[in-house]
Amino acid sequence: MVVLSASDPLRPVHPLHAILLAFPLPLFLGALVSDLAYRATFHVQWANFSAWLITGGLLVGAFAVLWALINLFRSHSGHRKRPAVYFIVLLVMWVLSFINALVHAKDAWATMPEGLYLSATTVLLALVAAWIGYAGFRTGEVE
Amino acid sequence: MMRSLLLIGAAAVALSAWDAQADPAQHGPDPDLPEPQRGLLPTMKIPRPAGWGDERPIVPQGYRIEAIATDLMIPRQTLVLPNGDILVAEGSGGGAPALRPKDIIANFIKALGKSPVKGGNRLTLLRDADGDGTYEAQGVFADNLNAPYGLAFANDAIYVANQDALVRFDYADGQTQASGPPELVTELPSAINHHWTKALTASPDGRFLYVGIGSNSNITERGMDAEVDRAVVWQVDAETGRHKRFATGLRNPTALAIQPGTDQLWAVVNERDEIGPDLVPDYLTSVQEGGFYGWPYSYWGQNVDPRAQPQDPAKVEAAIRPDYGLGSHVAALGLAFSSPVMGAEFAEGVFVGEHGSWNRSDPSGYKVIFVPFQDGKPAGEPVDFVTGFLTADGDNTRGRPVGVTVDPRGALIVADDLANTVWRVSVDRPQPAAALEPDGSQSLQ
Repeated sequence: MVVLSASDPLRPVHPLHAILLAFPLPLFLGALVSDLAYRATFHVQWANFSAWLITGGLLVGAFAVLWALINLFRSHSGHRKRPAVYFIVLLVMWVLSFINALVHAKDAWATMPEGLYLSATTVLLALVAAWIGYAGFRTGEVE
Repeated sequence: MMRSLLLIGAAAVALSAWDAQADPAQHGPDPDLPEPQRGLLPTMKIPRPAGWGDERPIVPQGYRIEAIATDLMIPRQTLVLPNGDILVAEGSGGGAPALRPKDIIANFIKALGKSPVKGGNRLTLLRDADGDGTYEAQGVFADNLNAPYGLAFANDAIYVANQDALVRFDYADGQTQASGPPELVTELPSAINHHWTKALTASPDGRFLYVGIGSNSNITERGMDAEVDRAVVWQVDAETGRHKRFATGLRNPTALAIQPGTDQLWAVVNERDEIGPDLVPDYLTSVQEGGFYGWPYSYWGQNVDPRAQPQDPAKVEAAIRPDYGLGSHVAALGLAFSSPVMGAEFAEGVFVGEHGSWNRSDPSGYKVIFVPFQDGKPAGEPVDFVTGFLTADGDNTRGRPVGVTVDPRGALIVADDLANTVWRVSVDRPQPAAALEPDGSQSLQ
């Protein structure tokens, strides 16, 4: 049996996991900036950019959510707090982004202002998830 | 268990009662307009195509309906020529590029309710030489057209509104085939072509042609720049091909017709989607020269649509209220003025072909209606003229009406772009005198 200690060093996540986790933050941030540009200019192409950026973040982000879920199951009891928080933040981010994608499927100005608020919220959640994820996990927190 | 079943039952009853109450009266000059609403997904129901089998569309008593041409390639509008021959425009245009992930999904869903047949890009000629109502001869009058839709006869010529150009075929009485490729009258706005159909009619003197050009989006989601010269009716000089904007702000004017006697231009217009099952009513209206009808800034007069930005309060102020609401999402695509040959009950008014809805859980349209006129204006509730396209449960449709044309021999020609059929509704027999009430009006029996 492995002796687990909170002072175990943090290990970086698997490279593939890291690549998947690299998508949501910049894509959702791009969507937020596009939403702001649309609000400022009424140029509908910005709304189109947002819709595609959100879709991209959702597609790749789904695999990051899946990875986090598997991580959670493989963590040892008593060491699940960080993996659980990581998973929940990613999941909430993904669900809100999905709603955001539906909002961005509305026509023209009908995306406003809900789309902008959702974009901002998902950027924040993607930031938190990336922070937790890239900080790494301790031995007991992941297999 | 029993209790929960009862509760569910009660809820269902309450819901359906609410549904019935919620169905607003949207026919006529003053339709009920509920508050705009849109959930995360637009309400959608696409009745799937089904065959006719032994069934036929239903027409009023005293009328009969026959298929006079089948296996066509997406028939849209028809034209009755002076010798009684019928021209059918067959085609499928559009193909605007998908701009958003939504467009890909929406195109897929809407295609479920359409015919898989490829558009013919041609004009088919139907002939009933002996006048028995059977069109025994059928041939291609012209092909290699580009999604032909609107048709008009004037100046001894057949005018065809392709999705990108107005063209003319010279025509001699009895001709069954065009004598060559058509002559260009004028090019028509065709970039993107979200609403690609180009409606057409000619002024009675043949001097002008009126072309209906639909918007390039539902509600400016392809940008304001894409809407230059869209959602308008053009008046084209038949001689020179020069045009001017006759009227603007008509989202998708899908059929045009000149009112006999007054020479007034009328249109049916498809209004915007995705703000609720009961918004916005499609309409029938006389088209005033220089008139602005609201799209995209407002609907039914001054009801502002905030989806169109930047807004234009001056335009909203100027928007004309249409004459007559046809109901939301019915997709009116055909318009024809009637005449006494159609029988006393249907002598004065217009026939309207309704292709049917997608943006509604309870499908609307999918029929041909008759809007009665009095003193040259719509008066009273519409009357169903051809129904039975939609199955009773609303899950399937056997056909979808598009263009309607009155044949002076006493029939209504209806193009059906799902069944790929042209229907002919004729007066079954002369009305017996006994069917007339003493005051001369027709009995309802």
